Amino acid sequence: MAFVQLRGIKKQFGAVNAVDGVDLEIKDGEFLVLLGPSGSGKTTLMRLCAGLEKPTAGELVIDGEVVNDVPPRERGIAMVFQSYALYPHKTVFKNIAFPLTVEGLDKSEIRYKVELAAGLLGIGRLLERMPSQISGGEKQRVAIARALVRKPKVLLMDEPLSNLDAKVRHTARVELKKFQQEIGVTTIYVTHDQAEAMGLGDRIAVMSEGRVRQIGIPEDIYHDPADTFVAGFIGNPPMNFVEQNGVIVGFRPEVFLPAELASTEDQTKFRFKVTRVENLGSFKLAYGTIGETGVIANLQLRVPLEEGREYDFSVRSKDVRYYHRETGVRITK
Amino acid sequence: MKPKKHFFDRETVLAPLLVLPAGLYIVLFVGFPFVMSFVYSISNVTVGNPNFKIVGLQNFTAILADPVFRTSLFNTVIFTVVSVLLVLVFAHILAELLLRDFRGKWLVRFLIMLPWTAPIALGAVGFLWFLDSVFSPIDWLLRDVGLLGKPGALLGPASNLYWLGRPVLAMASIILVHVWRLLPLGTVILISGMNSIPKEIVEAAQMDGAGYFRRLFDINLPLLFPVIGVTILFATFFTFTDMTVVWVLTRGGPPPNATQVLASLAFLTGIEGGDLAQGAAIAIFFFPVLAGLAIIVLRLVKKAIVT
Repeated sequence: MAFVQLRGIKKQFGAVNAVDGVDLEIKDGEFLVLLGPSGSGKTTLMRLCAGLEKPTAGELVIDGEVVNDVPPRERGIAMVFQSYALYPHKTVFKNIAFPLTVEGLDKSEIRYKVELAAGLLGIGRLLERMPSQISGGEKQRVAIARALVRKPKVLLMDEPLSNLDAKVRHTARVELKKFQQEIGVTTIYVTHDQAEAMGLGDRIAVMSEGRVRQIGIPEDIYHDPADTFVAGFIGNPPMNFVEQNGVIVGFRPEVFLPAELASTEDQTKFRFKVTRVENLGSFKLAYGTIGETGVIANLQLRVPLEEGREYDFSVRSKDVRYYHRETGVRITK
Repeated sequence: MKPKKHFFDRETVLAPLLVLPAGLYIVLFVGFPFVMSFVYSISNVTVGNPNFKIVGLQNFTAILADPVFRTSLFNTVIFTVVSVLLVLVFAHILAELLLRDFRGKWLVRFLIMLPWTAPIALGAVGFLWFLDSVFSPIDWLLRDVGLLGKPGALLGPASNLYWLGRPVLAMASIILVHVWRLLPLGTVILISGMNSIPKEIVEAAQMDGAGYFRRLFDINLPLLFPVIGVTILFATFFTFTDMTVVWVLTRGGPPPNATQVLASLAFLTGIEGGDLAQGAAIAIFFFPVLAGLAIIVLRLVKKAIVT
């Protein structure tokens, strides 16, 4: 197992700064999620770790050794691709065995290791099938087995769940987390899905425009976003922003409550004009305005609201976050 | 109200109508000559003799007994196998090259594609001068660097190599010109095949620790197999049935028949010699060979695609 350090990593494609100065440290056995919208540089950052791209500047360190000029195969890194990238002309067995065959291990050892990895992932009965004969979820397991069979120092995963349908994706997520904890391999996981990031990550690094905007445990990322980008990207619906007295006031839709339901704690009050109410089964969303600014409240079903009316709403003051009007960076107040 | 159906909206009208031009083309320009040559090959028809009699397999037994036919068959096989192999290797190299980015790529691509756009006879005439027994620029070059034309020179003391005048060199020359001619087609087919291999699969192999040759033989070539099969098929058809290059450069010579191939022999016998029946019998000989090859290759390709 291993730790990974990124020091001032930059990557330019022509005039575009895909990765623009990233410092990160991934601990031994940690599950780090790189989260960001498309074009934020998260996949490029992962490809840099893999050695499929060369950094324009900066140092990549694995286990204390600078590996900038080490080719992918000698870095001890394995990767699970978004499309799984199984070799379509090889059986499942030969797919998983490929990294070992390349290493030149003898046949009995290869068979032992492949069967071990396949058993771990519950795909032992598929070994003689071709990739075209197994389901999406099974392909994903084969791809993971192929990545793990060599006992890599670091496991990289590029949106491995995005090709699965919604139902399977949820179970796969739970299993993936359980699995990673069992074998304890250092993992870097790229996704644009915040639910995945929240559920899987020991820590999350939120990226945008080639930079890491915030890194922290999922709770911190959600409750204490470092700037308006992170606050607006995380959460569904995202954080509400209202400008007051020259600062941006931010609060999550689920802490924005009718004043009469609020506790006796210190409250920040708003006048909320409801324009539309959306019933979503277990909860409802109220769309409306504070002054001119659109905001959303996430409420329990029993809260009575009428479209077109104005209400007194409030937020516990300790749930309110303040951001700088120009830079969007969090300020304490 | 029932929507009014146009005459051309009816499938029973439109479908045959759309297929008709292709059908007509095949019947008139492929089917008819094929049937004609088959009928000729079992007849006694000649240019000068209008009486027409079916003589059975007589023409076939005659050509099989003819040593010129056997030489031509042997030459055709050599010509085809060597040309196809060379086309495959060089087309693969060119395709690898053209898939990379480099300065002046458009120019290289343009130059590589050029032979395909020029009429084949024109290109071959150009080579005729290149390989001329007295004025060959290749010989000039060899003489200039001292490989030819001096006592003790590597390629001999004569002033020229006589490219088209010596049996082995003549065959080599014909293969060279034909490969030059087929290379663009092979390159284009292989480029499209290589583009269709997902980048992630190649990268996965890289991550799995496979070096260049391991990736080439274990990943790329197996995935390219269907495309390579098609390339072999096309290259074989174009080579086996080609006579332009041979006819322009050597006319089957040097004497007696050093570069005679089946296509040129059929032409020589049937048209120049006027013996339509025997010419047709020689030409018909292509059919089982090429059809058999096509069936084998297409079956293998299909199997490779399914799995």
